[in-house]
Amino acid sequence: MELSDLLGQTSEWLKGTGDSSDIVVSSRIRLARNLEKIPFSHWANEKQKKQILDIIKPVVINHELMKEHLFCIIDELDEVDKNLLLERHLVSKEHIQPGGSKAVVIKNNETLSIMINEEDHLRMQAIKSGFNLQGAWDIVKVIDEDLSGKLEYAFSNNWGYLTACPTNTGTGMRASVMLHLPSLVMTNQINKVLQAIAKLSLAVRGFYGEGSDATGNFFQVSNQITLGYSEDEIIDSLSRVIKQIISQEKQSRINQLNNQRKMLEDKIWRAYGVLSNAKVISSSETIDLLSNLRLGSDLDIVNGINSRFINELFIIIQPAHIQKVAGKKLNSAQRDEKRAEIIKDKLKK
Amino acid sequence: MLCDICHKREATVHITEIINNKMTELHLCEECAKKKSFQMEQHFGLADLLAGLSDFETPIEETKKSTLKCPNCGLTYEEFRKIGRLGCSKCYTTFESNLKPLLKRIHRATKHVGSAPVKETGKVKKTQAKVKSEESEINKLKEAMQIAIDKEEFEKAAEIRDKIKELKKNKSKEK
Ligand SMILES: [Zn+2]
Ligand SMILES: [Zn+2]
Repeated sequence: MELSDLLGQTSEWLKGTGDSSDIVVSSRIRLARNLEKIPFSHWANEKQKKQILDIIKPVVINHELMKEHLFCIIDELDEVDKNLLLERHLVSKEHIQPGGSKAVVIKNNETLSIMINEEDHLRMQAIKSGFNLQGAWDIVKVIDEDLSGKLEYAFSNNWGYLTACPTNTGTGMRASVMLHLPSLVMTNQINKVLQAIAKLSLAVRGFYGEGSDATGNFFQVSNQITLGYSEDEIIDSLSRVIKQIISQEKQSRINQLNNQRKMLEDKIWRAYGVLSNAKVISSSETIDLLSNLRLGSDLDIVNGINSRFINELFIIIQPAHIQKVAGKKLNSAQRDEKRAEIIKDKLKK
Repeated sequence: MLCDICHKREATVHITEIINNKMTELHLCEECAKKKSFQMEQHFGLADLLAGLSDFETPIEETKKSTLKCPNCGLTYEEFRKIGRLGCSKCYTTFESNLKPLLKRIHRATKHVGSAPVKETGKVKKTQAKVKSEESEINKLKEAMQIAIDKEEFEKAAEIRDKIKELKKNKSKEK
């Protein structure tokens, strides 16, 4: 598989299928693993990082889940391609910083991606569409177990999997769910929800993980505690909270439909109007408007546009995707023009 | 009280932030708090860590700790404090006495109860490893079934589903 093949396909997690997909975009499980003794990647020298890559790469690419895969050495990619991977949530921001022997192995349908030499030797993540943490766990568990039989994992009976950052020690697991909560935001209830989440030792982040702003009413909720709970317990307790947030968003949507229907319809149709007529549009404006349009489609106010279509738009309007489609580097003003063109074109169909 | 960032709206959210080991109180309006909470996440791991460190460390122990150095990777305790990351798996043994309270502070626990590597379980308990491999067999099948569904090969998916049922039945019989 080639990197450019990604452009022609929809990542599995964007398909808009799975439980509660009107509110939950995707569910993700990430595991951090390291080899015994060899310095963690952030602390290793270039020679050691090469050694890490040489040990891990063959085991990963020969795994049956990776039968069809894309393998990339990050340093060999240009800026646009690196950001393309980031925009598709296949690598972290940290991973695309320069630093030899960093690599990523991506399963062809993009449900599974494995970063080698991020801050830990291995970062494996599975993403599924909708509310499906168990589905993501099922995938990543299989490859982790097989790898654990072939590699010397750094593990202690007391502290579990040993990771570069003590915030990951134990299971090394980060379970996260991406939620679309436009109604809770519109009705000013979101802060109460966020504060409640913080009290439960869960973290909230934006669309692109650590350090990203929340845009378009998207929120990523994940566990913070990795020690003292089993993987299943982590998934269960996060799921319980997510279910509550889902029901609050649902209730809020119903209230708005009952009490503010005209206002809601107006907001949604205006979003549609701007998206299908704009000549120049920034990515942040686009995301805000797409968020409204997604709500419109989820509430059946706008018909004929499915959530898969909107999910896909969220990704293809990102800077690297636009430049990849254009086939050349574009500055920000040029991108805003091209973006408006792409959206108009898509909405016409 | 007005918001510390925009100085326009009433502050309703109060946040304690830790930057470079210094605690700062912030009083923000809802809107600015929302923006802020996401910036804060960026160094959440590190901030939390440093909060933990300053909390349990006493000056008397300081001198002893700063000389600690991992024999395997060369990371000193001072460097760990600066970067918030350990250097290798052996650092966990080297800095054990300092890490224990830190881990407790972060996770409110000090004992791992989750899964173990297959190699490890093989050493400890053979039976557990067997159950594991059966479970992993089921998981593999589940994945194959999902792939079949994705490709809309529903007959194949049904076959795999039956196989999973069979395996699950056998497993419950053994118990
Ligand atoms: Zn403010
Ligand atoms: Zn070390």
